[in-house]
Amino acid sequence: MTQALNQTLLARATAKLGPKASLAVLGLVLIALLAMPLLHLLPADNALHVSAYGLTLVGKILCYAIVALALDLVWGYAGMLSLGHGLFFALGGYAMGMYLMRQSAGDGLPAFMSFLAWSELPWYWYGTSNFLWAMCLVVLAPGLLALVFGFFAFRSRIKGVYFSIMTQALTFAGMLLFFRNETGFGGNNGFTNFRTILGFDITAPGTRAFLFFCTVLLLVGSLALGFALARSKFGRVLTALRDAENRLMFCGYDPRGYKLFIWVLSAVLCGLAGALYVPQVGIINPSEMSPTNSIEAAIWVALGGRGTLIGPLLGAGLVNGMKSWFTVAFPEYWLFALGALFIVITLFLPKGVIGLLRKEKDQ
Amino acid sequence: MRATPVPEFMLEPAFDPAGSGRDALGLGSAAAKGLDVRHGTILTLEGINVSFDGFRAITDLNLYIGVGELRCIIGPNGAGKTTMMDVITGKTRPDNGVAYFGDTLDLTQMSEVEIAQAGIGRKFQKPTVFEALSVFENLELALKTDKSVWASLRARLSGAQKDRIEEVLTTIRLESSRHRPAGLLSHGQKQFLEIGMLLVQDPQLLLLDEPVAGMTDAETEFTAELFKSLARKHSLMVVEHDMGFVGSIADHVTVLHQGSVLAEGSLEEVQANERVIEVYLGR
Repeated sequence: MTQALNQTLLARATAKLGPKASLAVLGLVLIALLAMPLLHLLPADNALHVSAYGLTLVGKILCYAIVALALDLVWGYAGMLSLGHGLFFALGGYAMGMYLMRQSAGDGLPAFMSFLAWSELPWYWYGTSNFLWAMCLVVLAPGLLALVFGFFAFRSRIKGVYFSIMTQALTFAGMLLFFRNETGFGGNNGFTNFRTILGFDITAPGTRAFLFFCTVLLLVGSLALGFALARSKFGRVLTALRDAENRLMFCGYDPRGYKLFIWVLSAVLCGLAGALYVPQVGIINPSEMSPTNSIEAAIWVALGGRGTLIGPLLGAGLVNGMKSWFTVAFPEYWLFALGALFIVITLFLPKGVIGLLRKEKDQ
Repeated sequence: MRATPVPEFMLEPAFDPAGSGRDALGLGSAAAKGLDVRHGTILTLEGINVSFDGFRAITDLNLYIGVGELRCIIGPNGAGKTTMMDVITGKTRPDNGVAYFGDTLDLTQMSEVEIAQAGIGRKFQKPTVFEALSVFENLELALKTDKSVWASLRARLSGAQKDRIEEVLTTIRLESSRHRPAGLLSHGQKQFLEIGMLLVQDPQLLLLDEPVAGMTDAETEFTAELFKSLARKHSLMVVEHDMGFVGSIADHVTVLHQGSVLAEGSLEEVQANERVIEVYLGR
């Protein structure tokens, strides 16, 4: 009797400790991330100095983590596997990239257009020399595309694997369009050779630190938004939608609005992540839209644990961390390793790394 | 078995003036304010035909359900019972025919969601609940309230709504499992949860497809009591194979065969009907 009581008390104690411990870990990670840009500002000979390479690498991974979170909102919660989120990421990136191109071109046309002997800017790039309009485009381009695509897809009740294939086709079509020189997106070279952003040198430590800081802010903001959504009735409706869409309809909910809302929100988050990715990495080209990139994003989410908010961030960090190491150590084996990883995860960790951690904690 | 004699092809239910105890559940009225039921029928199906690739699932079906009536639908497999429910809930469009909810709402022109919002609730043959959500959350989602995206983003349960959920939790005897994920419930408990979800949705017409399948005898008996207490305040249409259950609840039974009505009347009457015996027992 007392033993059983002790056991329940113990279980309760660990259950109480659990969320606290994870919160503590989260807090530490956040502090480390906030410290990184400050450490980058230290003189290069300081022992604690963070190199530009290190900062850019982590900044890039943080952008991917935002994509993973955005994908998890539509896949993990609403059950729609998108294999085309790279498109939204790239659209945000291109909008930002064009602004940076206009910055470095001054009053003239961007270099690739002069090279093609164009005399005029295509209409869709009007106003991109204005930072605010470029930022509007970062949100509008992926948002509107997602709205139109989602409206028709959800109206026609396209679901499951058909939805995945269509999103995959969409990103592939986008890639082909952006690859062409005459479409005004810089062809296969994309946009690069950026110099300044809002007049600041883009490679200066201060600018890098600020961009990194913005990325951390966006990630924390997205995470907070994700938590708020997941805890709201809206989040529960999404879960219900994933598990029993028919039941939900007969309860009087119109799934189209719910799907469209989360789908567009997810696309916009990806666009914002893309816009922060481009100035940090210094290039955007159509390969960002290649289907493999979007599939990789799905792997981050699956590996981390879909339907949780921290899982995808963990997955994006782990896979990209491994990728950085692998592509230096054994460059030609990376894709095999990624494939093997995905198989192992699917077979043995259906709930991802988060599922594994939770199980450990329960025992 | 009920003693009240039921005239054949009765459209309006026999009201029992003494039985006011049925208000105890605190459910809404049999017909909402917006619903026009002056003629006393909550559901009108006339000349409905449905065919799938040449197979005629429903042929010239005529069926009327009165306000507050508890109607049982029986019939052998393939008689078109589930297809009929699909037509009523907008899942399947009839090739032709008339389907009205109340006197004015044309069901053939409405989407599934509109029909559900207008006040027709449906329980599936296979119990369908939101397995990843808790029992309480299942009821919360089904609760009658504004179901738009914006409302859901800001929704907070009011005290009255919480009380309503608690009340239904007690009615369906799941108050001790309110925080359990619905996926962990037993088959019978899922059936009750789905019935509970219908109750909080507060529809005027409830369509119940084999509600007691997989229930124990005690649970079946309890369900019969529950349905009887719902009738009059709500209209119910119950598809069931369990004749004992049908006998214990029904005022009025409709037998479907090959997509049209074969017989209608009290259970004794239809059981004595030559054609029904023929269909059920074979020649």
